[in-house]
Amino acid sequence: MTPYSPQPSAPLLAIRGLSKAFLGVQALDGVDFTLRHGEIHALLGENGAGKSTLIKTLTGVYRRDAGTVALEGREIAPRGVEEAQRLHIGTVYQEVNLLPNLSVAENLFLGRQPMRFGFVDRGAMRRRARAVLSGFGLSVDVTAPLGRFSVATQQIVAIARAVDMSAKALILDEPTASLDAQEVAVLFGVLRALKGRGIGIVFVTHFLDQVYAVCDRITVLRNGRLVGERRTEDLPRLDLVAMMLGRELEAAAHRIAADPAADTQAGTDARPPLVRFRGFGKARSVEPFDLDIRPGEVVGLAGLLGSGRTETVRLVFGMDRADRGEAAVDGRTLRLRGPREAIRLGFGFCPEDRKKEGIVGELSVRENIVLALQARQGWLRPIPRRRQEEIADRFIRLLDIRTPDAERPIQLLSGGNQQKALLARWLATEPRLLILDEPTRGIDVGAHAEIIRLIERLCADGMALLVVSSELEEIVAYSRRVVVLRDRRHVAELRGGEVTVDRIVSAIASEPVPAGPEGAPA
Amino acid sequence: MIHRFLPLIVTIAVLVVGFLLCALQFPNFASLRVVGNLLTDNAFLGITAIGMTFVILSGGIDLSVGAVIGFTTVLLAVLIEQGGWDPPAAFAAALLAAALFGAAMGAIIHVFRMPPFIVTLAGMFVARGMAFVLTTDSLPINHPLYGELNDVAWRFDGGGKLSLPAMVLLVVLALAVVLAHWTRFGANLYALGGNRQSAELMGVPVARTTVAVYTLSGLLAGLAGIVFSLYTGAGYSLAATGVELDTITAVVIGGAQLTGGYGYVLGTFAGVLIQGLIQTYITFDGTLSSWWTKIAIGALLFVFILLQKGLLAAWTGRGGEPAEA
Repeated sequence: MTPYSPQPSAPLLAIRGLSKAFLGVQALDGVDFTLRHGEIHALLGENGAGKSTLIKTLTGVYRRDAGTVALEGREIAPRGVEEAQRLHIGTVYQEVNLLPNLSVAENLFLGRQPMRFGFVDRGAMRRRARAVLSGFGLSVDVTAPLGRFSVATQQIVAIARAVDMSAKALILDEPTASLDAQEVAVLFGVLRALKGRGIGIVFVTHFLDQVYAVCDRITVLRNGRLVGERRTEDLPRLDLVAMMLGRELEAAAHRIAADPAADTQAGTDARPPLVRFRGFGKARSVEPFDLDIRPGEVVGLAGLLGSGRTETVRLVFGMDRADRGEAAVDGRTLRLRGPREAIRLGFGFCPEDRKKEGIVGELSVRENIVLALQARQGWLRPIPRRRQEEIADRFIRLLDIRTPDAERPIQLLSGGNQQKALLARWLATEPRLLILDEPTRGIDVGAHAEIIRLIERLCADGMALLVVSSELEEIVAYSRRVVVLRDRRHVAELRGGEVTVDRIVSAIASEPVPAGPEGAPA
Repeated sequence: MIHRFLPLIVTIAVLVVGFLLCALQFPNFASLRVVGNLLTDNAFLGITAIGMTFVILSGGIDLSVGAVIGFTTVLLAVLIEQGGWDPPAAFAAALLAAALFGAAMGAIIHVFRMPPFIVTLAGMFVARGMAFVLTTDSLPINHPLYGELNDVAWRFDGGGKLSLPAMVLLVVLALAVVLAHWTRFGANLYALGGNRQSAELMGVPVARTTVAVYTLSGLLAGLAGIVFSLYTGAGYSLAATGVELDTITAVVIGGAQLTGGYGYVLGTFAGVLIQGLIQTYITFDGTLSSWWTKIAIGALLFVFILLQKGLLAAWTGRGGEPAEA
C-alpha cells in the first residue's frame, strides 16, 4: 500500500446546503456534511431522517434541488453511480450489487479488464485480483463464481472493487445488516486499513455498538435536517439517542399513574404465562431472547429502527422460523411452524405496512373484517352472509370505523379507519394474543388516541397484547411492561413504575455488557 | 473448477457416449464421413444456435431466427435469379439486412423496455411475412458459383470431407468462443444476464450490449440462411420453420440457463451435435419413424433441465465459504 500524503486544506468531501424534495415533501433540507481524509464517519438517523436521500443525491441517483458538493475543494455534480465512481466516490450497498454468476476476478475487473493484443488477459486479471484481495486479507479462489461466497466476502469484494477503482470516498450503506459478529469484525479490520490509507468512509448503520466500535465522527439527521456533527468520543450514547429521537431527556415521565395491583401482578408472576419463549431466536435476525406474556397484559417493544423489534414479532407469529430456543403456549412446548399454526393457537398479527401486508383494497370493509375468521374456519365452511354482516356491523360500531356502510371498498377509507378495520379483522377471531406492529403509523392524531384507548380496553378483557411502536410516549401510555431492544438484542425489560420514556431511552443508549456469544438478557 | 464446467462436461459426455453406442451398433458409424456429414447437415443450425447462445447468455431470447433464415434464402434466390446479382453481393446484402433486422429488435427491446419474447415473436412474423411477400414459391438457385461453392471441401481418405458449411460452422465456433471469454463484450453479456441492474451499476453499457447481441444473432441467422441456401440450392419462404425452437433446445442441452448469465458456446455446439446424432442414428436404423428424433430430443431436454436445476441448487446453496473451489 502506498503511503498516504495528506491534502493540506480542503476536506475530502464537503456537502453544503443540500436540499431535495419529492412531490412537495422536503426529504433533505439544507443539509451540511463533511467527510475528512482518513476517517470513518457514521451517518445516523431514524426512519425518514434522509440518510438514503443524502447518499442518492450525493451520488447523482437523484438530482439535487439546491446545495453544493465539493470533492477536495473541486465542485462536482455526478449524474449517476458510475460517474460518481469515476469522480472517486465509491458506493457499496447492503444488498451486494455485484454479479453472483461471474467469477470473483471478473467482478473486480468488469469493464476495466487488463487487455493484451485487444483481448482480455485472463491470466493477468487473475493475478491482479489475487493481489488486490490479499491487500484486504482475503485469500480465495478468484476464478470461483462470486455467488458461492458468504455475504461478508462478497461485501469485501465490492469494497475492493470500489477502492481499486481509485475511490477516495467510500459510502457504505448498511454493510453489516446481514453479517454475523465475526464477519463484522473482518469488515471492520478492512475499514480501519482503508482509513490508514487516507480514504474517507461514510458508514450508514442502525447498530449503535458498531458506531462506537469503529467510527471517528458522527453526523445525525432527523426529518431531513442536520441535527449535528460530533466526534464520537465527545458524544455519550445517551446524547446520541436523544439527538436521533429528538427529545429532551429532562422532560417529565409521561407515565400515567400505574395501577399498583397490576404492577404487583406483573412483578410476582402470579398468573401462568399465556406464551413463554426461552432462548428463542434466529441467526442474522434477532439474538435469542426470553419473553413471557400473561393474559390481559400489554407488552411493548421499544428500540430504534432496525433494532430487531419487527424481527421479534415475526418470530413470535411464526412468519420467520426460529432456529434456536423453545416456545410454549399454556405451558405446553411446541414448535411454531408458521402463521397458520399461530392463528390456530389464537394469535393475531397486524403488520406494520398495512397497504402491503394487511388490507385487500378492492374488497369491502365487511370482507376485510371477516377475512381472518373465515381463513381460520377453512374456506370450505363459508360464514353465512347474515353472520358476516352482524360481525362487520358490530366492529364498525365498536371501533367507530367511519364508513357509510360495510360494503364500501376498504381502499376508500382513511388510513386510521383502515387500521381499525384491520384490528377488527383480528378481534373477530377473538385472539388470545394480538400482535400490533406500529398500530398508529400514518394515521391522524384523533384516530391515534382512539386506538390507544382501544388497546387499553382490549387488555382489560383478558387479551394479551404485544405492541411494537416507535412512539415512546404511546408505548409508555399503555404498556405494563416494556422490552427494550438494541442491535438485534433484548437489552432490558422495564416493568411497572420503571416504564418511563427516560428509562427506555437510557436502556437504548446503555453501554453493551461484554457478553458471551449467547448473551441473551437474563 | 470441475463444478463450473459440470453442465458442459455432462453434455460432452452424453455426446461421446451416444456416439460410441451408435458406433457399437453400426460398424460404419465411426467414420470421418459420418462426422463430416454431421457437421455439414447441422451447420446452419449450429451457426444460428451460437447466436442464440449469446442472446440467452444476456438474459434474452430470439424467436425470429428461423424466420430470418427463411427470409434470407428467399432474398438470395430473388436477388440472384431474378435480380441477376452476383452471389457475393447478394450475400453481403442478406447479411446486412439480417443484422439490421436484429439491431432494430434489440433497439426496441432496450428503448421501450419490452420483453424480448414479444419483440422477437413479432420479428418472427414480420420476417416470415416479408419472405412470403417476395415469393411464395420455392425458387431454385442455379448460379454456377453455387455449384463451385458446394464442391469446396477438405477431403480425407475414405470418403470423408469437411464441406464449406462445416468449415464456416467451425470458424464461427472458434470466433464465438474468443468473443465470449476474451473480450469485454463477452464479459458484459454474462454480466447483463446475471443481473441487469447490477451490471448497469457496474458500468456495463447496457444499451450498446443489448443492441449488439441481437444484431449478432440476426447476423448469424443471416449467415445460417446463406449456408442453408447453399445446402438446399433454393430459396423457400417456409424454410427453417421451427428452427428457433431447435436452437433454443441446443442451447439448453448445452448447459445454458434460459434466465441468462450461465452457459458456454461449446456446450451449445455439443447440444447441436447431440440432436444431429439422434437424427443420424434414426437414419442408420432405417425402421424408426423420424418423429422418434423429436421424442428423444424432448426427453433429453427434460433430463438436462432437471440436471441443471439440481446443479444450480448445489452451487448457490452456499454453506458459508466455498468448500473447495
